Amino acid sequence: MPDDKNLNLSPKSADRIAKTTCYMCACRCGINVHIKGDEIRYIEGNRDHPVNNGVLCAKGSAGIMQHLSPARLNAPLKRVGKRGEGKFEKISWEEAMEMASSWLKPIRETDPRKLAFFTGRDQSQALTGWWAQQFGTPNFAAHGGFCSVNMAAAGIYTIGGAFWEFGSPDWQNTELFLLFGVAEDHDSNPIKIGLGKLKDRGIRTVSINPVQTGYSAVADDWIGITPGTDGLFILSLIHVLMKTGQIDLDYLIRYTNAPWLVIRRPGSADDGLFLRDENGQPQVLDHKTGKPISAETAGIRPQLKGEIALPNGGVAVPAFMLMAEDWLNDEHSPEASEAKTGIPAERVYALAGAIAEAAFKREVVIDQPWVDWKGEHHDKMIGRPVAMHAMRGISAHSNGFQTCRALHILQILIGSVETPGGFRFKPPYPKPAHIHPRPAGKPDQVKPSTPLPGAPLGYPMSPDDLLVDDQGQPVRIDKGYSWDAPLSAHGLMHMVISNAYAGDPYPVDVLFMYMANMAWNSSMNTRGVIDMLTETDPETGEYRIPKIIYSDAYSSEMVAYADLILPDTTYLERHDCISLLDRPICEPDCVADAIRWPVVEPDRDVRGFQSTLLDLGARLGLPGMVDADGKPLYRDYADYMTNHQRKPGIGPLAGFRGQSGKDKGRGDPNPDQIDAYIANGGFWSEELPENARYFKMANQHYQDFAVKMGFFDKPEPYCFQIYSEVLQKFQLAAQGHGKNQPPQHLRERIKACFTPLPQWYAPFEGDMVDSDTYPIHALTQRPMAMYHSWGSQNPWLRQIHGHNPLFIPSGLARSLQVQDGDWVWVSSHHGKIKVPVAVMEGVNPHTVWTWNAIGKRRGAWQLDPDAPEARKGFLLNHLIHELLPMRGDGLRWSNSDPITGQAAWFDLKVNITKADHEDDASAEPAFPILGTPPDLEKPASVLRYGDSIIARDKKENNQ
Amino acid sequence: MTSLPPASDVKLGLVIDLDICVGCHACVVNCKEWNTAGYGAPLADSNPYGKNPSGSWLNRIHTFEAGHGAEAKVVHFPKSCLHCEDAPCVTVCPTGASYKRAEDGIVLVNEDHCIGCGLCAWACPYGAREMDPAEGVMKKCTLCVDRIYNTHLEEEDRIPACVRTCPTSARHFGDLGDPESEVSQLVAARGGFDLMPEQGTKPVNKYLPPRPRQSVTADEVDLVAMAKKTTPGGFWKWLDQSLDRLPG
Repeated sequence: MPDDKNLNLSPKSADRIAKTTCYMCACRCGINVHIKGDEIRYIEGNRDHPVNNGVLCAKGSAGIMQHLSPARLNAPLKRVGKRGEGKFEKISWEEAMEMASSWLKPIRETDPRKLAFFTGRDQSQALTGWWAQQFGTPNFAAHGGFCSVNMAAAGIYTIGGAFWEFGSPDWQNTELFLLFGVAEDHDSNPIKIGLGKLKDRGIRTVSINPVQTGYSAVADDWIGITPGTDGLFILSLIHVLMKTGQIDLDYLIRYTNAPWLVIRRPGSADDGLFLRDENGQPQVLDHKTGKPISAETAGIRPQLKGEIALPNGGVAVPAFMLMAEDWLNDEHSPEASEAKTGIPAERVYALAGAIAEAAFKREVVIDQPWVDWKGEHHDKMIGRPVAMHAMRGISAHSNGFQTCRALHILQILIGSVETPGGFRFKPPYPKPAHIHPRPAGKPDQVKPSTPLPGAPLGYPMSPDDLLVDDQGQPVRIDKGYSWDAPLSAHGLMHMVISNAYAGDPYPVDVLFMYMANMAWNSSMNTRGVIDMLTETDPETGEYRIPKIIYSDAYSSEMVAYADLILPDTTYLERHDCISLLDRPICEPDCVADAIRWPVVEPDRDVRGFQSTLLDLGARLGLPGMVDADGKPLYRDYADYMTNHQRKPGIGPLAGFRGQSGKDKGRGDPNPDQIDAYIANGGFWSEELPENARYFKMANQHYQDFAVKMGFFDKPEPYCFQIYSEVLQKFQLAAQGHGKNQPPQHLRERIKACFTPLPQWYAPFEGDMVDSDTYPIHALTQRPMAMYHSWGSQNPWLRQIHGHNPLFIPSGLARSLQVQDGDWVWVSSHHGKIKVPVAVMEGVNPHTVWTWNAIGKRRGAWQLDPDAPEARKGFLLNHLIHELLPMRGDGLRWSNSDPITGQAAWFDLKVNITKADHEDDASAEPAFPILGTPPDLEKPASVLRYGDSIIARDKKENNQ
Repeated sequence: MTSLPPASDVKLGLVIDLDICVGCHACVVNCKEWNTAGYGAPLADSNPYGKNPSGSWLNRIHTFEAGHGAEAKVVHFPKSCLHCEDAPCVTVCPTGASYKRAEDGIVLVNEDHCIGCGLCAWACPYGAREMDPAEGVMKKCTLCVDRIYNTHLEEEDRIPACVRTCPTSARHFGDLGDPESEVSQLVAARGGFDLMPEQGTKPVNKYLPPRPRQSVTADEVDLVAMAKKTTPGGFWKWLDQSLDRLPG
């Protein structure tokens, strides 16, 4: 018999286990890092962590390889060749910081707008945004503008939060789950955990998505909708549910603005606004008296139908009547939509029936008394168990904001938002738009050597809050919060380089970026952007964008296009805080935040970007970063995390506050706070009281809890905004009312798109190009094993997704006579690429798609120039322009949602032809090989990770 | 040639639920990172940053489409060693390196005795063994034999890495020799099946088939009729009547 006497069944996997937070994507799961000697043996999910409950995805499990990537930068770098050559010289940190401050100081002292500071996949926006504010530039944003701002902003303006970090399905109680346009991404592990729970309970899931991969593959129904028509589809569901009376009237009356009176006085400056009393309170019609009364009055029952004449002419009617007039109209019927959506009317009826059946026949009741904001006692929590989730798929279109609003409204109409079985907010949400700050950066707020009076990003409530000058021209370099994109809550990162290059609205002097691969996969029109970064002014010989500072941990494509590189650490070598002031990681039943801390020390001359930023701020003497003598207030980011207070008692971390370390939410700084987090597993969480867990927008218990924790300073109950007065104010401005009006060329677009109730309009690019020439929709998705992982050079993950074919529907493949492995030319109004194909059945017949951000530029990321990522991987970005096709008006129209400025990636329309056969074809366009920064680690030709750990184990066992 | 031990009562194995596997590869990568610094030689990768990166893995997911046209379904199919009762990879081994443990049925390779001839990989009908590109020894799933009995781990963590990390809970571990075990009960309840039973290998691992899809259009309740039943007397009349029924 064979023996296994040497088999060690009980090896010790770690000398120590360090608990920190993952950064392999944006999920921010808790991880246990097993360390042996000074090597990382293993990374697993932290069972106690509220985000991932112990599980860990492929990316998180490949963290070791990310941490050890040979593409890691190793020292500050100064460009010595031309931009794009990748020729650098190592410099000291002192020289680097002096160079950066010598560039920034004169800007701050003369015109702070000349700094454009844009951070990409930044998880420290509470710091970076504050830094920009203290510097005094309005030109700050992170990557939300080219990701999912439509979803986030539509959520905030409609219900006070959106999906993902704002809220989640009630996985425990839902009876039907609808997933719209989720490409296996945001958020990664929680959705998978949730789907597992639903499957375990036998709950039906329906996926509405042009592509049947990932989550769609396990759904009970797959609805392969035509891209960009989700709004039509949702409005047809609303039409059916309303027409058949399958909506929750009690909920609409109590928790929404459906009963609020809307003025109808066409042509006047207040047409479509809410009727308000002298205190500005919206009015409703009291059922008993038939008279208007403040909507906040306790004990009344507002009417949903009726009309009162107004003293100055015109009438006022409950918003509900406008909703009904609009949505009952047959233009929203399933029959009217089916040609565009590609979904037969019968399927819409069936889904509407399923929604109604789950919502109203399978009501969920939790025996939990609670008190609402008007003081009314409820002995139970009653819910409509239909949950929905959506993300980039419906968001990244030029009609995405209104589509996302329609989806939130669908949930409201059936009474499922923040009720058992429906969609649940995660603290500190719900937080409606009106209690968020307005954006700072009006012309009179941008002054030399002066901080902005508030944060650069916020939520405008009317045209008066826009950041425009006297002529209505944009203040921000990305034209955020201008008439081009009034509600651009996350900025428009995809427009920064293009606008700075064009000097439209003005040139900048320094472009400062962090974790944003703008010279490759994070830009539309990649080749054009590369040209913009490298073009010089023939008169001065200076680059059009004179100075570029970039911080990254890796040798990404963007590095080669910067003048000064500030090398960042890996995620296992740094301090970070996952703050409630930023993008939180709470769950519906608990408040939580977390830290990262250096579980291993860097072996290179690199520093965490946030510490670098604080150092730079101190060198520039930015208020809040230096003391009265001009000395740095914070030693590093860890010191800031512990001691910074945004207002008294409120700091970056909410747990373990106060001298005792026992204060929660509010409390004095605690010098031992970070140690307390480490001892607690790298995070802090606090459960919500049982009676505060649902109806949070109207729940006294929750509102009191929120004040105690420091989310607000006073209770902020509110009603969901089905009818958007904010949008109507922009509509009125476009009609010629008010002191701030849009420029003439934008008026028709604003009239068409800023409707107070969501409307569907055709995506701009699809509408502008000839649909016979470009008949096919083209999309990207993130693969689960790579979503949001900016280092897809990872040697384990790249064996899973090393290149990306263009997946094409079988019907199209037949007509093109192509098979798997053949190559095609794909062209758009802007460009042409040559790519390999794979044939697929489960995709909308008019749609092709591929995995995003697999394609790499030759020479980048320490990959072999012949790596499949460069030879067979490709980007659709080359086909997508940041501007819409020319209209002959000489204007530059951004390829974005007209309301939020969200990059309209998924509006792309293409034409496909078969390419001639070549034996050794490569994707086109091909770019020259990028140069590599000096002295990067040589990539191994064979990787035997764990070898030294195994050898050490053997030695120990033998002793 | 190597002989199999007498059939053991304990048959440790995996139960993999095809109804919920979304193909995320969490199990694949977590397996690699646990096992590359654990049992035997590292799981090496050749050309890890090069033209044809290729490494040894103990678990892979095959994603493919089954069916044609509207009936086509994307299937995510995780595959690793099935720890067969009649394991042809063991009996074919010329050195005794490949063996099946008598006490729990786990099939292992004693790398000290493995000569890298590759016969076992040829014999395995599932393609569940991979030659390590650096060490030249055969690598395969160990069912995390160095976790499941590991007294240094918390008791709840004494399960294979793939099971512990799976985000959708599509993977289960237990004793399939015990009809009362949770995994055996799951197999019984869900119609768990053997992969390629015609090969006569008697795999211990089982797969759970996708549950019948609860298609909305084919629901037993007539949802379409529900959604077409407009309110009698029209919407506004329905509204008045409904509001009258509300309390207050």
